[in-house]
Amino acid sequence: MTELVKITNLKNYYPVKGGFFNKKTDDIKAVDDVSLTIEAGQTYGLVGESGSGKTTIGKMLVGLENPTSGQILFDNQDVTTIKQKKAIHYNKDVQMVFQDSQSSLNPRKTIGTIIAEPLQNFGVPAAIGSEGHNQERSFDQEKIEQRVLELLEVVGLPAKTVEQYPFQFSGGQRQRIVVARALATNPRLIVADEPVSALDLSVQAQVLNFMKKIQRDYGISFLFISHDLGVVKYMTDNIAIMHHGRFVEMGTNQDIFDHPQHIYTKRLLSAIPSQKVEDRQSKREERLAVAAEFDRDHDLYYEPDSLRAYDLSPISETHFVSIRKDHN
Amino acid sequence: MAEELLEARDVSVDFRIKGTYQTALAGVNLTIDRGQVLALVGESGSGKSTFAMSIMGLHNPELTKVTGSIQLNGEELIGLTEEQYDQYRGNSVGMIFQDPLSSLNPLMRIGEQIAEAITVHNGKAQSVSEHVLNLLTEVGIPDSDRVAKQYPHELSGGMRQRVMIAMALANEPDLIIADEPTTALDAVIQSQILDLIKKIQQKKGAGVLLITHNLDVVAEIADEVAVMYAGQIVEKAPVERLFNNPKHPYTRSLLRADPENVQAGGELYAIPGTVPSLSEMDHHKDLFLQRVPWLDQKLVDADVADTLTEIEPDHYVRGTAWQDFAFPDEQEIEGQS
Repeated sequence: MTELVKITNLKNYYPVKGGFFNKKTDDIKAVDDVSLTIEAGQTYGLVGESGSGKTTIGKMLVGLENPTSGQILFDNQDVTTIKQKKAIHYNKDVQMVFQDSQSSLNPRKTIGTIIAEPLQNFGVPAAIGSEGHNQERSFDQEKIEQRVLELLEVVGLPAKTVEQYPFQFSGGQRQRIVVARALATNPRLIVADEPVSALDLSVQAQVLNFMKKIQRDYGISFLFISHDLGVVKYMTDNIAIMHHGRFVEMGTNQDIFDHPQHIYTKRLLSAIPSQKVEDRQSKREERLAVAAEFDRDHDLYYEPDSLRAYDLSPISETHFVSIRKDHN
Repeated sequence: MAEELLEARDVSVDFRIKGTYQTALAGVNLTIDRGQVLALVGESGSGKSTFAMSIMGLHNPELTKVTGSIQLNGEELIGLTEEQYDQYRGNSVGMIFQDPLSSLNPLMRIGEQIAEAITVHNGKAQSVSEHVLNLLTEVGIPDSDRVAKQYPHELSGGMRQRVMIAMALANEPDLIIADEPTTALDAVIQSQILDLIKKIQQKKGAGVLLITHNLDVVAEIADEVAVMYAGQIVEKAPVERLFNNPKHPYTRSLLRADPENVQAGGELYAIPGTVPSLSEMDHHKDLFLQRVPWLDQKLVDADVADTLTEIEPDHYVRGTAWQDFAFPDEQEIEGQS
């Protein structure tokens, strides 16, 4: 396995201002000292409730926000700040897909223009999924047009799409257009922030299958941000569970789903609705029991009088959990 | 015998589009009993919300034709005037929508909004503010005194949805319509809100019409399920039967598309194609069969009776295509054995 991304001690604090001179009075710790590694060709899942900081990590990784401190290494290059990212044309390698395809597509531009935009910026790579990241890139207009058609074929949309506008497509089709744009420059990592939350089941299946296919074919890595644990279980290799800006548990898919350790993870897992109708009474009782344990054992998992989770400590080679040090 | 609360018979809704009427809902029959949760499931464009809006009389009469009969407690709703409808909306029928932020008035304190919902129907009562605080406590909001004085933007998504539920309950409705009530919420909050809806419904003996595209939510709280496709009900059954013995090809396809039902490493079933547009809907056929590519064209084109067939007690399916329907991998297994 080769490491593609290595994030160390990443922090993002937003100042809270107030008082007479509007001075900084406090920090909101959106992301508070997290570290993770994404292997090439793998999917890393980031799970947590809204406001837990998962999107902020995605934004720092893709270059929409600067960290307060910490380090991001991409392919062993330091890309912590937006400036460092710009210097190496980082965004040809790292792209992002958002939840709401409607608002991430310019309504006044044709699909052709939208998908061509990253190609106008970074040039056309030799072929879809081709290796060699420092290869010559072409800015020839004919090549760009040709490449747009190739991309539409990859995401299963007809060639006439080029002349159409975003409103002419359904939610699932728009999400595939967004993915086509993200794929344009042969990225090695795609940050997917709740990519299927707004979609119907059948369309969700199309998009998830498609993401798995491009991963198989082109070896793309994903940082998959979601609060839907069913989807996360299906899509990811490794998972970090986030709560109030901290990682509370980190491990492989099996570690998290088969041997959850942290009370918050257990609480999330017990909240997944199940299609086994006959179990629903027992599941409800389990859920209440876990919620009671969450209140009772709070101090075991969180620092006294705060919501800050303890640092992660290893319980196996792959599995880490945040728990009070004296706990056995 | 359960007491019947809502009876919808042969409800059709036609929208006027460029001068001609096009059918969005074609002959829907449903009943909801007191104390029952009926889930209406289907993908976007299947007509679920259109049905809910016709119960509430929210369609624009100049652009929409609603026919058939909807009776609530034995009283006919279709054909009522706006003023007559106002006696039902928010009174004997309460509503919970997906997006509480856009359903709450951003300029009004929470307490005032709930009080307004009460006084509109019952005039100024002395004990309104006390009633408001009781409602907030009932939906699990701690510190109801403080929350009543806050504005919607000061609350989290889960709290706002609780406020919506408190408002829907304000006048002790007989029927609660919940349109995608948990779609915008994360797992822990979702389970809390579902438990709350269930608890309140049981306590008050109200009927609930739950509209959702999420099958897991259905399995969690519904008593009875109706699956809808292209403006028609294709399957209807008690909840255990629907999940343990699904029959209609659409129901089976939806279940296969759910990550919960896939073996590790397996592919999800992506239903090919999309819901047809209104002008392409021929409701004499089983429209979903167009989206089963391996099916015999004769089956796809065949006319299908409007009525559902009862294949086992309380389990209804539309058409007969389900009898021969199998996914390609199931056919192979049958061939080998």
